[in-house]
Amino acid sequence: METIWFCLIAIMIAMYVVLDGFDLGAGILHLLVAKTDAERRMVLRSIGPVWDGNEVWLLAAGGTLYFAFPALYASSFSGFYLPLMIVLWLLILRAISIEFRSHIEGPLWAPFWDAVFCGASILLAVFFGAALGNVVRGVPLDEHGYFFLALWTNFNIGPAPGILDWYTILVGVAALLTLALHGALWLAVKTEGELQLRARRLGSLLWWGVAALTVIVTAVTFRVQPQVTLNLTERAWGYVFPLIALAGLAGMRVFFARADDRKGFLASCAYIIGMLTSVVFGLYPLVLPATDVTRSLTVHNAKAADYGLRIGFIWWVIGMALCTGYFVFLYRHFAGKVKLDADHEGY
Amino acid sequence: MDDALTVHRLHFAFTVTYHYLFPQLTMGLALLILILKTMALRTGNEHYNRAARFWAKIFGINFALGVVTGIPMEFQFGTNWAAFSKAAGGVIGQTLAMEGVFSFFLESSFLGLLLFGEKRLGPRGHWFAALMVFIGSWLSGYLIIATDAWMQHPVGYTLGPKGEILLTDFWALLLNPWALWQYAHNMNGAVLTGCFVMASVGAFYLLSHKHVEYGRTFVRIAVIVGVFSSVLQLFPTGDAQGRMVALHQPVTLAAMEGLFETKEGAPLAILGQPDVEKRRLDNPLVIPRLLSFLTYQRWKAEVKGLSEVPQELWPDNVPLVYYSYHVMVGLGTIFIAILVIAAWKLRRGTLYTSRWTLWTLLLSLPFPYIANTAGWMTAELGRQPWLIYGLMRTRDGVSPQVAAGNAWFTMLGFMGLYTVLSILFLFLVYREIEHGPEPDGGMHIRQPAASVRAA
Ligand code: HDD
Ligand code: HEM
Ligand code: HEM
Repeated sequence: METIWFCLIAIMIAMYVVLDGFDLGAGILHLLVAKTDAERRMVLRSIGPVWDGNEVWLLAAGGTLYFAFPALYASSFSGFYLPLMIVLWLLILRAISIEFRSHIEGPLWAPFWDAVFCGASILLAVFFGAALGNVVRGVPLDEHGYFFLALWTNFNIGPAPGILDWYTILVGVAALLTLALHGALWLAVKTEGELQLRARRLGSLLWWGVAALTVIVTAVTFRVQPQVTLNLTERAWGYVFPLIALAGLAGMRVFFARADDRKGFLASCAYIIGMLTSVVFGLYPLVLPATDVTRSLTVHNAKAADYGLRIGFIWWVIGMALCTGYFVFLYRHFAGKVKLDADHEGY
Repeated sequence: MDDALTVHRLHFAFTVTYHYLFPQLTMGLALLILILKTMALRTGNEHYNRAARFWAKIFGINFALGVVTGIPMEFQFGTNWAAFSKAAGGVIGQTLAMEGVFSFFLESSFLGLLLFGEKRLGPRGHWFAALMVFIGSWLSGYLIIATDAWMQHPVGYTLGPKGEILLTDFWALLLNPWALWQYAHNMNGAVLTGCFVMASVGAFYLLSHKHVEYGRTFVRIAVIVGVFSSVLQLFPTGDAQGRMVALHQPVTLAAMEGLFETKEGAPLAILGQPDVEKRRLDNPLVIPRLLSFLTYQRWKAEVKGLSEVPQELWPDNVPLVYYSYHVMVGLGTIFIAILVIAAWKLRRGTLYTSRWTLWTLLLSLPFPYIANTAGWMTAELGRQPWLIYGLMRTRDGVSPQVAAGNAWFTMLGFMGLYTVLSILFLFLVYREIEHGPEPDGGMHIRQPAASVRAA
C-alpha cells in the first residue's frame, strides 16, 4: 500500500510541475517576451483562468503527503522551515501580482506588478529546484527523525549542509531553465504574432541550456546519491524513465525545427515527467535520505496506518476522477489562442 | 523550549485569524451570489445579473486573498507543529487532503468560469458555475471544521505502540457530532458576515443616493437572509454547540462563563471581570440560575466550576476565553435586534428611507468579523492546554528543531506581508464599491483608458 501511495504522490507532484510549471515559466519570461502592455496582458490572460487550479495540485499533493506519510511531512516541513516560508511569501506575491495587476491602469501600477510577477516566478523556480536537490542529496536527520537546515552554510555537500550548496543551486538553475522553456512553449501555443515568434525563438535558445544542464546534473547526481546507481543496476527496467526524458528533449528540438508548438509543449511535458520519475525511481524506497544512512526515512518507516491508507485510496480515486473532469472541461473551455479584443472580461 | 512554544502559538494564531477574515466572506457571499443568480434566472431580470456580477468582482478579490493566506495554513501544520503532525497526521491529514482533492479543485476551477465565462457559458451554465463555487467553498468549510472538531473532540482512533494516533473509523471522523454543530454554527456565522457586508454596501448606496436601485436590492436580500441566520446563530446552533462544550469540555465551559466554583442553580454572567488570582468574578451582573437552565434545562442543575480541576488543566488564558465568548454572544444578540428591526421596517416599506436603520447597517460592517474571530478564539483558547483534547498537550506538539528566533523571523515576515495585503485589499474593494455595478438599462459602458476589470 505504501508503495502505491509513494507512486500516487509522485504523480501528483509531477502533475503540479507540469501544470504550474508552464505558468511559472510564463512568469519567468514575462518581462523578456512581452514588451507592450497589450502583450503582457496576453501573457497573463493565457494563464489567468487556470493558474489557481494548477497551484491546487501543490496543496493536494501536500495534503496527501500529510496523511499518507505523516512522519515525512513533519520532518521535512519543519526541517525546511525557512525555505518553505520564503516559498510561501513568493507564492503570495506572485498570486496577488497576477490578480491585482489589471485592476487599475496607470503608468506605475502595472509595471510594478509585472516586475513582482517575474521576480517571484524566477525565485520560485530556483527554490523548487533546490528543494528537489536537497531531497536527493539528503539531510542530517537526528535520532528522532527531525532536522533543521540553515539557508546556507559553506555551499558544500558536507556533513553540515545548507539548503543552498553548489549541487542544489545547480539543480535550481536547471529547474529555472526547464520551466522557462516549458513556459515559452506554452506561450507559443497560446499566443500569436510577434509574441509567439519571440517565445518560440527564446524557447529554442533555452533548449541548449536545458540540454547541457541535463547532462551535467545527471552526471553529478550519480555521485551525490549512491542509491540511484543501486536502483538502476538492480531494476534495469527503470531506464524507461530517463528514456522518456530523453525522448522529450529530442522531441522538443524536432518540433522547434518544424515550428509545431503544440507537440513541442507535449514533448516538454514528457521531458519534465521523465526527469522527475527518474529521480523518484532512483530514490525509492527512500523518501528522505539522511546523512547518516541508518536514519533515512523510507516509505516503510514514514507511512501512516494501513486502515487510513486503504480508506484514503477509495476517496482519492473518486476525487481525482472528478477533478480530471473539471480540468478537461476548464482547459477545453479556455482552449485556443488568447485574444485581447475578443471580450472585455478579465485581465 | 517554552519560549519557542509561545512564538509558534502566536505564529499560528496570527496567520489563521488573518486567513479566516477572507473565507468567511467567501462562504457567505457564495450563497448570496447564488441567490442573485437564481433570481436572475427565474425572473429573467438583467438587474440581478448585474448585481451578481458586481459581487462576483468583490468575491474575486476576496477569494484571491483567501487563497494566498490559506496556503500557508496548510504548510504550518508541518513547519510549526511537526510533532503534532507526526503523531496525528494519519487522522487529520485525511480531512485536510480531502479538502484539497474535493473542494479546492472544484472551487478554483469553477471560479475561473464564474469570473471569465459568463458570455460563453450562457445563463444556465453561469448559474451552474455559481452553484459549484458555492458547493466548493461550503465543502471546504466542512472538511476544515471536521479537522478542527477532531482536535476538540477526538473520535475514531486508537493509540499505536509508539504513541502514534491511528485512524480506525473514517466515518466517525467525518461525522463527528462536534463537527456537525460546529459546522452549522460556523457557516451560519459566515452567512452573517456576507449579509452585513452586502447590507452595508446597500445602505451606503442608499444614503449617498448612488446606484439606488442596487442599494435597495442589496439591503433587501441581505436583511431577509440575515434575519434568519441571526436567529439560527443563537438557536439551535449556538445553543447546541454550548451543550457540546458542557458535555465534553466542562472546564472550557467554566472558563467561558467565568464560573470559578461549582454551583447548583448557576447564574449567567452578563458582565464582570474574571479575577483569576482571587478566583472570582469582579463587578458581576448576573441572571440567577440561567446558566444551569441553558446548559441542562433544569433551573437547579449543578454546573462544574473551574476549581474542580487543578489550575494546571485550566485554559492558560481564562480572562481571554471569557471575554471572547462574551463578545461573541453579546454581538450575536445585538445582530438579532438590528436585523429584526430592519426586517420589520422592510415589511412596512419604510426601510429604504429610514436613515437611522441604514446608518446602523452601514456601520455594522466590522462586527460580524469581530464576532467570528471572537468565536474562534473562544474555541481555540478554550481547548488549551490541550492540542488534541485529552490526548496531546500543546507543548508536546511543537516542532522540536525550529528555534524561537526562526519562528520570530517568519512571523514578522508574515505580519509585514499581511499588512501590505490588507492595504491593497481595502483599496481595491473600495474602488469597486465606489465604481458600483453597471447602471441598469445602459449598455456595458467602458472607457478603455480607465476601466476596472474583473479580478
Ligand atoms: C457571526 C458570528 C457569531 C455569532 C454572532 C455567534 N457565534 Fe458562536 N461561534 C462563532 C461565530 C458566532 C464561530 C466563529 O463560528 C465559532 C468559533 C469556533 C466555531 O466552531 O464556531 C463559534 C463558537 C461558539 C461556541 C463554541 C466554543 C467552543 O468550542 O469552546 C459556542 C458555545 C457558541 N459559539 C455559542 C454562541 C451563542 C450562544 C451565540 C449567541 C448569539 C453565538 N455563539 C453567536
Ligand atoms: C479560522 C478560524 C481559526 C481561528 C481564528 C483560530 C485561532 C487560533 C488561535 C487564537 C490559536 C492559539 C491558541 C493558543 O495558542 O493559545 C490557535 C491555535 C491552533 N489552531 Fe486554531 N483557529 C482557527 C481554526 C483552526 C482550524 C480549522 C484548525 C485545524 C484544522 C486549527 C488548528 C490549530 C492548531 C493546530 C493550533 C496550534 C496549537 C494550539 O495552540 O492549540 N485552528 N488557533
Ligand atoms: C488551520 C486551518 C486552515 C487551513 C490549513 C486552511 C487552508 C486553506 C487553503 C490552503 C486555502 C486556499 C485554497 C485554494 O487554493 O483554493 C484556503 C481557502 C479557504 N479556506 Fe481555509 N484554511 C484553514 C482555516 C479555515 C477555516 C476555519 C475555514 C472556514 C470554516 C476555512 C475556509 C476556507 C475557504 C472557504 C476557502 C476558499 C475560499 C477563500 O479562499 O476565501 N479555512 N484554506
